[in-house]
Amino acid sequence: MKTFLGIPLARPSESRTAYKSEPGHATTLQGDTGGGHLASEAAHNPTTIPTEPLRWGTSFPEAAQRALSNDQLRHNLGFATKTIRSKRAAVVAEAPDWEDLRDAGSQTKINVLASLPALLEQFERNFTARGGHVHWARDAQEANEIVTRLVKEQDTTEVVKVKSMATQEIGLNEYLAAQGIDAFETDLAELIVQLGDDLPSHILVPAIHRNRAEIKEIFERRMESLPEGMSDAPRELAMAAREHLRKKFLRAKVAISGANFGVAETGTLTVVESEGNGRMCVTLPETLITVMGIEKIIPSFSDYEVFMQLLPRSSTGERMNPYTSMWTGVTPGDGPQNVHVILLDNGRTRALADDVGRAALKCIRCSACLNVCPVYERVGGHAYGSVYPGPIGAILTPQLTGTTGHSDPNASLPFASSLCGACYEACPVKIDIPTLLVYLRNRVAEEDKAKHMPTAWGAAMSAATFVMSDSKRFAAASKGAGALRLMAGKKGYVQNVPLPIIKGWTQSRDLPSAPKETFREWWERTHPDAPQESPLPTDREDNA
Amino acid sequence: MRIALAATCIADALFPQAPIATVKLLERLGHTVVFPGGQACCGQMHVNTGYFDKAVPVIENHVKTFEPVLDNEWDAVVIPSGSCAGSIKHQQAMVCERAGLPDLAKTANAVAAKTYELSELLIDVLGLTDVGAYFPHRVTYHPTCHSMRMLGVGDKPYQLLRAVEGIELVELPDADQCCGFGGTFAVKNADTSSAMLADKVANIESTAATVVSAGDYSCLMNIGGGLNRKGSATTTMHLAEILASTREDPATPPAPLRAGHSGAAKGARR
Amino acid sequence: MSTARTEILGSIARALDGVPSGIGQGELAEVPRAYRRTSDLLPGSSQVIDILIDRLEDYKAHVHQVSSTDDIPAAVRDILSEASSVVRPAGLPESWLSMLPPSTTVTTDAPRPGSQGLSPYELDAIDAVVTASRVSIADTGTIVLDGQSDQGRRAITLVPDTHVCVVLASQVVHLVPEAVALLDEHPERPLTWISGPSATSDIELNRVEGVHGPRNLHVIIVG
Repeated sequence: MKTFLGIPLARPSESRTAYKSEPGHATTLQGDTGGGHLASEAAHNPTTIPTEPLRWGTSFPEAAQRALSNDQLRHNLGFATKTIRSKRAAVVAEAPDWEDLRDAGSQTKINVLASLPALLEQFERNFTARGGHVHWARDAQEANEIVTRLVKEQDTTEVVKVKSMATQEIGLNEYLAAQGIDAFETDLAELIVQLGDDLPSHILVPAIHRNRAEIKEIFERRMESLPEGMSDAPRELAMAAREHLRKKFLRAKVAISGANFGVAETGTLTVVESEGNGRMCVTLPETLITVMGIEKIIPSFSDYEVFMQLLPRSSTGERMNPYTSMWTGVTPGDGPQNVHVILLDNGRTRALADDVGRAALKCIRCSACLNVCPVYERVGGHAYGSVYPGPIGAILTPQLTGTTGHSDPNASLPFASSLCGACYEACPVKIDIPTLLVYLRNRVAEEDKAKHMPTAWGAAMSAATFVMSDSKRFAAASKGAGALRLMAGKKGYVQNVPLPIIKGWTQSRDLPSAPKETFREWWERTHPDAPQESPLPTDREDNA
Repeated sequence: MRIALAATCIADALFPQAPIATVKLLERLGHTVVFPGGQACCGQMHVNTGYFDKAVPVIENHVKTFEPVLDNEWDAVVIPSGSCAGSIKHQQAMVCERAGLPDLAKTANAVAAKTYELSELLIDVLGLTDVGAYFPHRVTYHPTCHSMRMLGVGDKPYQLLRAVEGIELVELPDADQCCGFGGTFAVKNADTSSAMLADKVANIESTAATVVSAGDYSCLMNIGGGLNRKGSATTTMHLAEILASTREDPATPPAPLRAGHSGAAKGARR
Repeated sequence: MSTARTEILGSIARALDGVPSGIGQGELAEVPRAYRRTSDLLPGSSQVIDILIDRLEDYKAHVHQVSSTDDIPAAVRDILSEASSVVRPAGLPESWLSMLPPSTTVTTDAPRPGSQGLSPYELDAIDAVVTASRVSIADTGTIVLDGQSDQGRRAITLVPDTHVCVVLASQVVHLVPEAVALLDEHPERPLTWISGPSATSDIELNRVEGVHGPRNLHVIIVG
């Protein structure tokens, strides 16, 4: 690692390519992004669909800097997150037992993680008993191969898809494309992302970074037979999407979904949605393939009484989402008769092995933490370099992939937070995200230490420990802060410090001048008779 | 009461006005304040940056320094910082536990239970809302994330401020939004932090307050640095400084150092 | 496949074996259930019906109140005055559609063993569907269908653009847990929870009613 004055230099931006794995999966983007407000999108859009959906970009600070320079993006995000924050606040305030529901949801998920093998086997038994087929996938590659085989068995080259984080996470669409299978996203926001050759930036609303004018432009570019004179009114855009997808729904032979919940006790799967695209997919085609992370299990059917309250209010800020579908294997004469579920690990057991980090697996993917996060609100989802953005992404992504010390872009994610705690307050299953972030920061520091990789921060922290664990050294150093007073001079503040670490501070703020007298000096001057209350730690140990 | 003061490292070195005001306030209210000289820092910066092992000696020094409170040498420990109080109550023991020091963790928890952020001490322990303060200025208050969410001090600072004679307390728009400080976050993610700060500064300026107050000088250092850079007419004061101010010994809002540079801020000062 | 299964279950078992309890993870314990599981408001009471109507209208569903089942045929006739074709599930009381004009084509979707009933394309050519329902949740404005013969296959309430759904007052509970308890009697049935017509908030988080599912939801509340 190159350093300057002991401070790490910015990492070269080729780290994206450095993390590419299997060649052949990367899809080059369509070039045309020209014109109007789209011209600036290069500023935040990665240039390729990622080969690694959980590690696609540069480090967070670099990506955030690009995002912050995009005014349109910031405007779109600010508007959207404010809207959904106030909707959520209203419906949560309406539920008098909200905190009780959170307690129940949290404990249920803790119990699920602690009993996962038995619950998965129970789910498998019940789903199979009702005519469904259960598959297990250790990683993305294995899951993608299973899906491909099942699709090809149906002698078709196209599938319709319900928005699903699990299939985003495994890069399923890109894999299928390479196998000659077209996967049509049917959720409106996913459709916008897919047609725009873009990447999702939000768990619930993947196109949250786009405004109506941008969406209209994408539709005009990529949809055939648009209604004459279509405006950018959301209603007209939604109707265009309806027309575009209707024939695909009607002819589809295979659908692919994720699942919000899988009930161990009954083998029931659930898709929670709004538009009816989910119902189309889980009802009309003959074959239905569901990809579900192993942590999405809930023990009993009756647990819906908690989660079907927590999820809609946290997610869309509605009392209930328009549509929820629940199916248990095959129902003769109703819906798909060839029904599969793929139980996906892909890093989850790695996360589970971490006694602290496993709390991230409680997540029900509501995205409330994104909407309340001041960091997410300003930089958007792409800066997190993963299909899981925001506060939950900052803890879940590094858990799923593991990290390799601070040169790994994902190791920058736990630092992408001011630890303000708004995420914890909003989380319906009470994931203590700030504490987990701090814990993961520790893991990065420990990884560096294990690799004997000296870092500027490590050195700075060691120096600080030396000073801050002893009052005499601290008092001496405080006087040294008089250097600040020298730099401040008559004007009384410091505008610029020529040290890289401090430059981050002074780019937007002045530093205060140091006081003429520290508190300690004031105390000694004004309380000369005060008892000396500074026994050294060793004295106390002797006394004890 | 005999109350031990944890001054916090940042205030001791850079913002002595906060602990000085805390001492003056508590002494005026008839209490004895003690400054245990062995103190240095609570370890929050180390913990939040992920250097748990390097935090341990810092935490140990803090815990040992304030351990006499367990033998009733003092009745309570007061700390004029929401984030330090939060770290003491929610992080110190966890870090000791993970470092394999369960005894230290236990002591840390016990000391933490007798440690109070200033507004908690005044209201919960001393049972006061009106502390006899006088501060005839237009003030807005930033509640700070750790006071609000980690400690849950709720509206205690507002109760105290509303009782101050002569004060004109104005609501801060989006008060619950983070100022962007977050310790080393401000440096490691300087661009994002700056964007958050810009919005906080704009909201503060929209109140046309003379002073923005908070219970934590780390946030105030950030906010004050941003206000000063913008040439704002609004300056920062700790809650303790306002509460310590009386008719006999009135505190004066600090003069802006660059005022007049920013058109937006002109006229904000009354 | 079995290798993956063995490996995953093994990894989980190892992950859970012997890790000390930590700061971010609570202990296995009984789930605290202090939330409201039953309501003071009785199913079908006028307060519960009022709440349901308020929520349904908030979600832009059209609500029609009639006093008895005898009034259903007239209500259906009035709602479907513009429809030229209607599909009904086999178990729907025949009388409910008895007042539709002769010009309206009524098709019964009656899947027999070995038959899937109407195809998606056939359903797409039909204007409206009339069904009963299983249970409704006033607190959230939700109607649940459970696929019984008076509600039919899931596809028939999905593809036609207008859904007329009959809700008996006695089927309306106040809270989500009360409905889940009822549904738990037959958890294997295919369930569809409906709260208003289909909608999206994907464009600037503005709610737009009517996307892929029926764009018009008419609810006839009886009693």
